[in-house]
Amino acid sequence: MDFLTLLQVLDSTVRLATPLLLACLAGLFSERAGIFDIGLEGKMLAAAFLSAAIAFVTESAWIGLLAGIGASMVLAGIHGLASITFRGNQLISGVAINFLAAGMTVLVAQSWFSQGGRTPSLMSGDRFEPVTLPFAEALSGVPVLGPIYDELLSGHTVLVYLAFAMVPLTWWILFRTRFGLRLRAVGENPAAVDTAGVSVVGLRFAAVAICGVLCGIAGAYMATALQAGFVKDMTAGRGYIALAALIFAKWRPWYALGATLLFGFLQAIALRPDVIEAVLSFRVQVQLLDALPYILTVVILAGFVGKAVPPRAGGEPYVKER
Amino acid sequence: MDVMPKWAEVLLVPLISLVLAFLISALVILGIGENPLNALRLMINGALGSAYGWGYTLYYATNFMFTGLAVAVAFHARLFNIGGEGQALLGGLGVALVCLYIPWPHWTIALLGAMGAAAMFGAIWAAIPAWLQAKRGSHIVITTIMFNFIAAALLNYFLVELIKAPGGDPATARFPEATNLPTFYDMFTPLGLSFSRSTPANVTFFIAILACIAVWALIWRTKLGYEIRAFGHSEPAAKYAGISPTKIIMVTMIISGALAGMMAINNVMGEAERLNLNAAEGAGFIGIAVALMGRSHPIGVFMAALLFGFLYQGGAELAFSTSIPSQLIIVIQALVILFTGALDNMVRMPLERIFLTLRRPPKPKTKLEAAE
Repeated sequence: MDFLTLLQVLDSTVRLATPLLLACLAGLFSERAGIFDIGLEGKMLAAAFLSAAIAFVTESAWIGLLAGIGASMVLAGIHGLASITFRGNQLISGVAINFLAAGMTVLVAQSWFSQGGRTPSLMSGDRFEPVTLPFAEALSGVPVLGPIYDELLSGHTVLVYLAFAMVPLTWWILFRTRFGLRLRAVGENPAAVDTAGVSVVGLRFAAVAICGVLCGIAGAYMATALQAGFVKDMTAGRGYIALAALIFAKWRPWYALGATLLFGFLQAIALRPDVIEAVLSFRVQVQLLDALPYILTVVILAGFVGKAVPPRAGGEPYVKER
Repeated sequence: MDVMPKWAEVLLVPLISLVLAFLISALVILGIGENPLNALRLMINGALGSAYGWGYTLYYATNFMFTGLAVAVAFHARLFNIGGEGQALLGGLGVALVCLYIPWPHWTIALLGAMGAAAMFGAIWAAIPAWLQAKRGSHIVITTIMFNFIAAALLNYFLVELIKAPGGDPATARFPEATNLPTFYDMFTPLGLSFSRSTPANVTFFIAILACIAVWALIWRTKLGYEIRAFGHSEPAAKYAGISPTKIIMVTMIISGALAGMMAINNVMGEAERLNLNAAEGAGFIGIAVALMGRSHPIGVFMAALLFGFLYQGGAELAFSTSIPSQLIIVIQALVILFTGALDNMVRMPLERIFLTLRRPPKPKTKLEAAE
């Protein structure tokens, strides 16, 4: 495999890892606050649809992004209502949200556009355009570093850079601010936070809302940057892969970057069977590559490669003692 | 402890949740510019108005009985098996292998063999997450979700590479004639009932009813069932009583997986008579809604499965004759899960308050009042 092919694979790794990374960080905020969220998939899907639909109508990717975040926030609100206010089962709520999004997106898309449950294709102006980093063209002649800068780092949409910037930001919020400390505390021992006079409900709703925003960006990226429009079930299990990455990353931001890049890489090479065959000199089943993120997660979960310990109060509604 | 009388717990709460779910579904239909009453009429006509409709409604209901029972059994041990879809897919693989490679003399024996294979494949697919939960502490919800995806990939591999019939799409060859199950048409025509020849409802429907009865007996009439329920109520208490958590988790999930896998005798052996990629068609997930609505009781599961069978067939007819896509059923399914599952307390809390007020005994008369 030559250098340029490697760069191409890594370049698509970055593109494919971006929605996983955003969704993974979204789940990280929620689960660190003690709210399990298997509804990442549904929130992404709803955001993907509405961002594409609104971007098509308004011809602005940015308004589309806002609409996508709004759609995701509505579902996050339902999840918060069910799992915080009414102390329902968070897993069941997540399942319901995934189905709600899967059904509603097609229903509304069909009603608005009558194109078999998809949005019309977005013209280049209605999508997020690739950003060329400064001097990318000029430096592309420099050996090794030039192509890396030009091919790999430059030329992504602004949402990709935003996603990667979210990693240090998430780390800083969670581990260097008072809000972050309280958010993590509410996921480990909500009674202690309550005793300190801080609202458990407020913190958990804040975490669920942040989760909604990030899933919204992830979905909008799928429909208005990675692809040009919404098609039925376009997230294709990415919410679950993000969930897998979250466990893989042991609920830590920097590990989340590593895990999502790994899963993004697996998706990227699954698209290039010729490259795999050239490198390994034997054929790897596509189905095996598809299943690999899930198999890896099961192995991690089984504790064969380090132990993944979730936040202690995760999944349990907080009941104030009377 | 029980604030509400039993009838309210068993009937009123699910009914109100269901009414809420349907009201919102009606709003959704209004929102996309159709008339909900008209839609309901079309659905009832399409699903229940003809022998053809019934043939499909009962076929779908059979699927949902198996997957609903699978989720319900696991719920009794407070285990959430989201893996019904994967277990049903693997059950299909078991049925296909048995039907294709064993020369069965008659459908009755073939059915027994296929049931065994379907149950075994489903059980194995559930046993791995169960073992990981019991021994390694991996969360069973996450592992069963992962196993759904792995099952889909595995089935894809089998159908594309190993047992694909020559020709276009990735599917097996048709099963031999001797393994074809009698449909309602074959069974009821001699009795004078005219079922449509082209509908898929078959003898499996009665096996599903037997499964409901068996699950009822298991949960409420056996020692194992008692242990499962005890474990579900309180793990420490069950441990203290000498019940092994490992055993309960394993056995419950194996039963659950076997039930989900057995769905395949209906959809793969009974209907398609071959195995294709999308064999389970989401029935594994509908099992969650069915179990929640049926309050994990076999009678409840039976009725909820009939309701979802009606919704499925009615929704298909609706998509056929109006511009409402069949995804409407997924929305209804989501709302049912949301209201009967996650938002249960939203319905329950106000009801409990009402019953508390009603039950409060009349104030005893004070001495002063008595003197007057």
